[in-house]
Amino acid sequence: MWRDSALVAGKDLRIELRSRVVLHQVAPVAVLVLLLFAFALGPDRATTVRAAAGVFWVAVLFATVLAVQRSFAVEASEGTRDGLRLAGLDPAGVFLGKAAAIAAELVVLEVLLAVGVVWLYGAHVRSVGPLVVAGAAGTVGLAAAGTLYGALAAGLRVRETLLPFLLLPVVAPVVVAGTRAWQAALGTGAGGAWDPWVVLLIVFAAVYLSIGVLLFGQLQESS
Amino acid sequence: MTEAMAPLVALRAAVALTGGFPVLAGVDLEVAPGETVVLEGPNGAGKTSVLRVCAGLLAVSSGVAEVLGRDLRRDRSGVRRQVGMLGHSAALYDDLTAVENARFCVRAAGGDPRRVDRALERLGVVGRLRDTPAARLSAGQRRRVELAAILARRPPLWLLDEAHAGLDSQAKAVLGDLVREAIATGTAVIASSHDPAGAFPFADRVVGLAGGRVVAVRPHVVPPPVVVPEPVMADAPARRDGVHVA
Repeated sequence: MWRDSALVAGKDLRIELRSRVVLHQVAPVAVLVLLLFAFALGPDRATTVRAAAGVFWVAVLFATVLAVQRSFAVEASEGTRDGLRLAGLDPAGVFLGKAAAIAAELVVLEVLLAVGVVWLYGAHVRSVGPLVVAGAAGTVGLAAAGTLYGALAAGLRVRETLLPFLLLPVVAPVVVAGTRAWQAALGTGAGGAWDPWVVLLIVFAAVYLSIGVLLFGQLQESS
Repeated sequence: MTEAMAPLVALRAAVALTGGFPVLAGVDLEVAPGETVVLEGPNGAGKTSVLRVCAGLLAVSSGVAEVLGRDLRRDRSGVRRQVGMLGHSAALYDDLTAVENARFCVRAAGGDPRRVDRALERLGVVGRLRDTPAARLSAGQRRRVELAAILARRPPLWLLDEAHAGLDSQAKAVLGDLVREAIATGTAVIASSHDPAGAFPFADRVVGLAGGRVVAVRPHVVPPPVVVPEPVMADAPARRDGVHVA
């Protein structure tokens, strides 16, 4: 399973390095979200600082939808889909590999967005630890859920429009918990603790990783 | 049939459905090691479906379906790594180069990626072509890359769906040689073709399909080459013996 996941992740990341779709198309969209929210919130620094964490996670959420769509678009033709099945790869390995590649792309985007949030919204990092832990757990959860729903939508003709419809409500807990944990780390929230939210993010990631490992094979067969 | 000659493919009254529609309506087919069988029939006859069933890509809903000793009704995925399938649609990633695609395919199937270079060379995918992204390859070149991956994987069963489509005469000849070499080592080949006379003249049998059923099985007989008489040109100078020369 681990060998297969490394193989699939390597293949997906190599395709991204060649095509640079995430860099040239997804990243600009995510940065645009930051910019548009900055314009919408106005010049009041107190407002933008309070909104920074939420805007960051909303931008990450949109970027996730696009990254997942791209990840499954490269397997969209009948030939490549059959090729992956004919290779006899462990479905759990394929799931983990695709999720790992999406997570790696999201990490790059999150670093970019974090810099944007600090620069555009005037946010100051008070505590790096919770920021990193929440970011990592949220990223794994988004990548796992995204890969699962990406596979579910992959075989359908309306996959481009169906994926956001399916994915956005499901990953709402990540946006809420990520925002609360980051607000605590940035000192912009109501002063609550960050750790319960990080626990929620870790549980979400663990649940979707487990479901993906168990069910991806069936989704692959039915798509 | 003796134990040593146990068929690699055994379909008996095999029925397969796609979206509730029977694409195979009771197919009987046996293929022994080292045999080459050509499937012929009109569009929609079930040629591709037979190949997809043998590859474990299409489920058999009733009947017997055993490939490489595995019961496909119980376990379809187990057989996949042991077949090499050349389908209608190229199994290549557009952004990966020819050599990267072939290496991924071979590695994923648990094969030795060191065989890839030689296989690509054999198929004429050399020089700059090796490092060209698949998106920029022609249909025939993409097919060559896929064939190279199959060659490097060395599966015991080859499933070739209109394998000659898009190939030039040189590549067709190479494909013929590769199939001959493979069957000599006991590999079985099932190939679909709209032109069974032209495809694999050394095939053992031609199986005719129509409406998802086998309607004819005949030995593969290649018609003798047509002898075209030398053209006689009206304005050619007449020889002394009265015979025109072209």
